[in-house]
Amino acid sequence: MADRRGALVSAASDARVLFGAAVLLALIVAAAAAPLLAPHDPLEQDLLASFLPPAFQAGADPVFPLGTDSLGRDLLSRLIYGARVALTVALVAASLAALLGTALGLIAGYFGGWVDAVISRLVDVWMAFPPVLLSIVLVAIIGAGLHSVIIAIVIIDWTRFCRVVRAEVLVQREQDYVASAVTIGLGRWRILWHEILPNLLPLLLVLITLEMGIAIIVEAILSFVGLSVSSDQATWGGLIQEGRLYIHQAWWIMVLPMACIIVSVLGLNALGDGLRRTLDPVMRR
Amino acid sequence: MSAGYLLKRLLLAIPTLFGVLVVVFVLLRVVPGDPVTMMVGLTASEEDIARLRELYGFDKPIFTQFLIYLGDVLQGDLGVSITRKQEVLGLILGRLPVTLELSLFAMAVALLGGMMLGVLAVYRPGRGGELVADGFSGLGLAIPDFLWALMFILLFGVLIPLLPISGQIDPRLGFEPASGFYLFESLLIGEFAAFQSVLSHMVLPAVALAIPLAAIIARILKSSLQEVMTQDYILLARARGFSRLRIVLREALQNALIPTVTLSGVQFTFLVGGTVLIERIFSYPGLGNMAIEAVINRDIPLIQGIVLTFAVMFIALNLIIDSTYVLLNPRVRHG
Repeated sequence: MADRRGALVSAASDARVLFGAAVLLALIVAAAAAPLLAPHDPLEQDLLASFLPPAFQAGADPVFPLGTDSLGRDLLSRLIYGARVALTVALVAASLAALLGTALGLIAGYFGGWVDAVISRLVDVWMAFPPVLLSIVLVAIIGAGLHSVIIAIVIIDWTRFCRVVRAEVLVQREQDYVASAVTIGLGRWRILWHEILPNLLPLLLVLITLEMGIAIIVEAILSFVGLSVSSDQATWGGLIQEGRLYIHQAWWIMVLPMACIIVSVLGLNALGDGLRRTLDPVMRR
Repeated sequence: MSAGYLLKRLLLAIPTLFGVLVVVFVLLRVVPGDPVTMMVGLTASEEDIARLRELYGFDKPIFTQFLIYLGDVLQGDLGVSITRKQEVLGLILGRLPVTLELSLFAMAVALLGGMMLGVLAVYRPGRGGELVADGFSGLGLAIPDFLWALMFILLFGVLIPLLPISGQIDPRLGFEPASGFYLFESLLIGEFAAFQSVLSHMVLPAVALAIPLAAIIARILKSSLQEVMTQDYILLARARGFSRLRIVLREALQNALIPTVTLSGVQFTFLVGGTVLIERIFSYPGLGNMAIEAVINRDIPLIQGIVLTFAVMFIALNLIIDSTYVLLNPRVRHG
């Protein structure tokens, strides 16, 4: 236990972890307190104030600190509400993908035999599809919307967890503590759940963090293609799509949400990498 | 032994391929709602819908439908596109060369860029070179290809209009290659104006696709070069007074390349998958662009055909990568 606490302390002092945690915290605050933080209603249109530039440019209106979009909606407010969608998708999709992938990976790795063969073939089949195309097709079938985006990400990305967890269980299974657990007569599920799974938690934490970054990107891709939430709701990908149309007259509409995505993903990657280095001796190799 | 390993991989590809066919079939037949209504929209009459159901065999039991689909696919019949009223296979074969050419060019850019960065990091360790290389690969790994693509459009298409940001070739040139390979054919037959136009249209999408892969290659090459650099024969070369650049390029690179090529080979499939969105962003008339159009138009036979094509391409690529891995590294043969 002392070991683990020591690992947590060293994790907290890692620069990457600090940067990543700060970004994640900012995302959480923006998402949770969006109505309080946003200076305007993100849907409120003001056609007389369309295409206003951000405050640091000439011709800006201080009422709209980051400018407005083609319908005169406040960009800062839309970005803050966009963080809500991004964070929801990131948290829910990454956790569900982790749940499904870990369950299958544990079973495949521990039980082996035909169970492993079936699950491994399933992973092979899944890996044969290009993820972007598969997610677009899936969402088109299920129907656009936040829940479809989450379902699509879970259906596609469970393999990331499954492969890593399976490989790790194969290693853990040969360790002495599992042999002793078998000797004292513990059941197979009990060993899997109480003995092996706790040893995988640091690894899972790292994978979930990285998956959150991926989920934010996939959500942005799907709203960029026009398949995520309805078009009047503010999403980063939707803003990028709009900005792409008006790129010649208002570059900031595209650049600001891109910056949000890049900072979020860089932060989550840094958090994942930092945690990997400090928490998990297995992945430190 | 190596032949046995390859044979095993080849045999394993068969159930994977079968699984892919099942998924492609299930994905678009057992969708919520009726596939025919989805195709023709809600305005079609009952009669039309019934006729279409019969035409596509949707009135038969689902298992029979799958067998019919399987038989058709094995005979190379992927059906007829609903919106384009053409054979799906023909449509796909027409677009495939465009996507292949773009992917291969992007792969070459990624290899070149990644290797230069990896060498730079080891040539000047702990100094500017390594910082630049590490910073670039960090950014390259975190920022996905489609955001690079949009940045390039803004930078080189709008702010400093250097390169074309839409299409594949200047349509005024009227160049139509018989093979479908625009870049290769224009070069081969000496149509240099067309070659230049195709190349300039290809640069931005290819570089956007290449950056994440280049970042991975740079990382792997850096760590394998670092490992090689500690070995005795490098020490010997140093003792003989060879310059550091010569040692890195002539002595170390050769041995560090094997793990780099094999490990980054797997990532090549991700690059190919990335073409879907990149082609859309640059209005590049390849397979990926057609895929998104098909999804928007709910052209189910076309979607099925394209998804299947990509999956077969991925399985084939993985087999090729595996074989090179075996050829290059004798240790795997026994694994």
